[in-house]
Amino acid sequence: MKDGFTMVPGWPAWVLSLALIPLLVVPSFAQVFNPRTFELDNGLQIVVIENHRAPVVTHMIWYRAGAADEPAGKSGIAHYFEHLMFKGTKTRAPGEFSEIVASVGGRENAFTSQDYTGYFQTVAPQHLATMMELEADRMTGLVLTSEIIEPERKVILEERGSRTDNNPSALLSEQVAAATYLNHPYRLPIIGWAHEIENISLADLEAFYKTWYAPNNAVLVVSGDVDPDEVFQLARKYYGPIAARDLPPRIRPSEPPQRAPREVVMRDARVEQPSWSRRYLAPSYTSGASEHAYALEVLSEIIGGGTTARIYRSIVVESALAASAGAWYSPGSLDLTTFGFWFSPRPGVKISDVEAAIDEQISKLLADGVTEDELDRAKRRLIDSAIFARDSVSGPARIFGAALASGQTVDDVEAWPKRIQAVTVEEINAAARAVFNPTASTTGILLPAEPGNKS
Amino acid sequence: MSLSLMRGLRAPVFALAILLVPVSAQAIEIQRVISKGGIEAWLVEDHSLPIISMRFLFPGGAATDPIGRQGTANMVSGLLDEGAGDLDSQAFQSRLADESISLSFNASRDNFGGNLRALTRNRDEAFDLLRLALTQPRFDPGAVERIRAQILAGIAARKNDPNQIAQRTFWSATFPDHPYSRPREGTAESVAAITDVDLRTFVTRRLARSELIVGVVGDITPDDLRVLLDQTFGDLPERAEAYTIPKMEPAAAGDVIVVQKKNPQSRVVFGQKGLYRDDPDYYSALVLNHILGGGSFTSRLYDEIREKRGLAYSVFSYLLPMDSAALWLGGAGTENAAVSVSVELVRNQWASIRAFGVTQDELDKAKANLIGSFGLRFENSAAISGMLVAVQRRDLGIEFLNERNDLIAQVTLEDVNLVAKRVLDPAALTVVVVGDPENIDATHTIREDG
Repeated sequence: MKDGFTMVPGWPAWVLSLALIPLLVVPSFAQVFNPRTFELDNGLQIVVIENHRAPVVTHMIWYRAGAADEPAGKSGIAHYFEHLMFKGTKTRAPGEFSEIVASVGGRENAFTSQDYTGYFQTVAPQHLATMMELEADRMTGLVLTSEIIEPERKVILEERGSRTDNNPSALLSEQVAAATYLNHPYRLPIIGWAHEIENISLADLEAFYKTWYAPNNAVLVVSGDVDPDEVFQLARKYYGPIAARDLPPRIRPSEPPQRAPREVVMRDARVEQPSWSRRYLAPSYTSGASEHAYALEVLSEIIGGGTTARIYRSIVVESALAASAGAWYSPGSLDLTTFGFWFSPRPGVKISDVEAAIDEQISKLLADGVTEDELDRAKRRLIDSAIFARDSVSGPARIFGAALASGQTVDDVEAWPKRIQAVTVEEINAAARAVFNPTASTTGILLPAEPGNKS
Repeated sequence: MSLSLMRGLRAPVFALAILLVPVSAQAIEIQRVISKGGIEAWLVEDHSLPIISMRFLFPGGAATDPIGRQGTANMVSGLLDEGAGDLDSQAFQSRLADESISLSFNASRDNFGGNLRALTRNRDEAFDLLRLALTQPRFDPGAVERIRAQILAGIAARKNDPNQIAQRTFWSATFPDHPYSRPREGTAESVAAITDVDLRTFVTRRLARSELIVGVVGDITPDDLRVLLDQTFGDLPERAEAYTIPKMEPAAAGDVIVVQKKNPQSRVVFGQKGLYRDDPDYYSALVLNHILGGGSFTSRLYDEIREKRGLAYSVFSYLLPMDSAALWLGGAGTENAAVSVSVELVRNQWASIRAFGVTQDELDKAKANLIGSFGLRFENSAAISGMLVAVQRRDLGIEFLNERNDLIAQVTLEDVNLVAKRVLDPAALTVVVVGDPENIDATHTIREDG
């Protein structure tokens, strides 16, 4: 991202869950967000969520182009491009965009994930038209030269230094992703490998822009104190004149069956506290055996959602093997995702002992399943969390943007609480059996340097 | 999928956006609610969602930890929700989880506080669990050891984090022998030494009605809140024990301290004496800092170091007024070969603004942004209740949130340039570099690589 926070991979777990949770739950589940939707002739999809609690509006544009859409050998180009979108256009000098946003007291930023790139501004509603004018201008009008891209390349290499190279657990995460996916581009880091960032050319960047930045590859989401009809009119005025482009199909190489478990062990002199994680390839809402996705969300809450979940209770509280432990599952990706477990051992406890305790929990789950009581409590928490998510203006914009850029529909988002509510014990047990296949896992272990070898 | 990677990063992705409170003045209606028992809370009543959010705070935090037992306040903050009254840790946590109640505590250098958030239907249960946590914490041995292990694991995990090293080094050099020199969460040794008595002593001394500060936002009427205030906080002792943290001027002015680490990138922290929150020039300094290094994509430091030269991904400055000291701080992450240039560019901006001031155009833009963006800070109910508490803690007055933009608007070019001359001092900048910097004139070098 342009500022201190880029890229989805760094998103803390709470963002992860927030991004999957709709905002409003009414007892009948008749409506959730109640957004208004619209599409321009050039294919730009528009979602408007009204929220009149404050005179503020969040304006976001999401492109269906992320790191996993990069050409081979050009890792990091989607994120590099995100930075360059803040440079000049045919009608605006470099830096002018941010100066205008700042001058109206707006906040702005951008982010890149494997599946999308997004840009947003939050401003008072009277400035919405200006934001649209600026955003539409840079959708196709960006001007790139080597004088512009070279300093930014250095900035991105420094960003990589801060985020990844200075951080052993981030370095291990890169290695683990590369081991988790043999063939699918999710194996590549969003920020890119340093040697590939160094070699991305002006022509590469221009080609990426011309391929993906188009109204028919974008979703506009506006949330806040606005009248949807006025938003549609403004969007037609500013985004309407931009011509659609022929888009390539969004086809990524897919994973072959995993026939052997993988384990990546990294030792680093900077590590004082070991950590362990294991992930199983798992379906997402839109990929693989996606009928399991909602059951897996509930299962993730039962087994790993906080201090009363199975993993924490058994390994952190009862056997006291780990300092902390949990599980995660993020079904929002366009392609195959992972269901993961993690822990940090208590001092003096062997990693293998805690790992065995995790295995025991998984075996127990596969043998005995979950209980009706666990199911009810987890579902209530998930559905309640959707009410808390309404305490926000930009939250719904994020949810719709991410969903629509990753293969879901407005109806999918609207139906989320209903689908969570419908999950049964049998469905969870079937989903667990489908995913927790020992041969389809990748384990990452971070350890201090061997004694006597401090480098 | 990408979400599972890089778990170590805690980047605040969507730190912005969202607000419930209008940007314009007179939009925020705060009610002063006083219970029968004399407990005061500030309330922003909002019935549009079935949610109530409360922030509460007791002055006196980690800086009051006894020497050798640093980390006590922080450890208490991890333990109050780990069992209270008849409920052991798992029973207490299950009540929270099953009723979707969020309860958390935290200790900063100067304060001990907490946050409670619940749905209206679970409101009474939520406040009752908070009452138990504050007045009857159990500190069961199993829970104490578990939280101690978590804190120690966290300390170990951050031990070699370049930013943490830079901060630790900066604070210990700047405030020698002062409580602010000591890490808020303690050290491995001090945390290991904390006893059950230390934990209980902190609770007895600090958690009291006399200095309690409360901010509430959401679905509750003043009458209901009055009752809950007495029920929740009424059993606390009347008075906290007095404490004193001596005021201190930052030491080590002008030092350049290098902590030698074979890292690919250097982390730089710099700072000097700042302004206390009640300094009459505080708002002028706030505007000046925005121009210097506070604006996200528009400051002088951003422009010189990132935009023009690509030397750093992030570079920034900020004011940090505390109870007993005030700092003007900044930071950057930059490649080892560019550290000396980056530090020189920071000093040059410090010197240039001091000597020549800022321009009217810079001033106008900074003020416009600070005023226009103020409303965006009220991200959600919790952010608003946090503001209600912060305003009371600083004695800024119940009208402050509606007056603050006028205070910014009144700042003149002369004000800003005067405060620049008064405070900014390039020779007094203390610089800490963690990494393997080239060509830097260090006053001290600390070698940690074996």
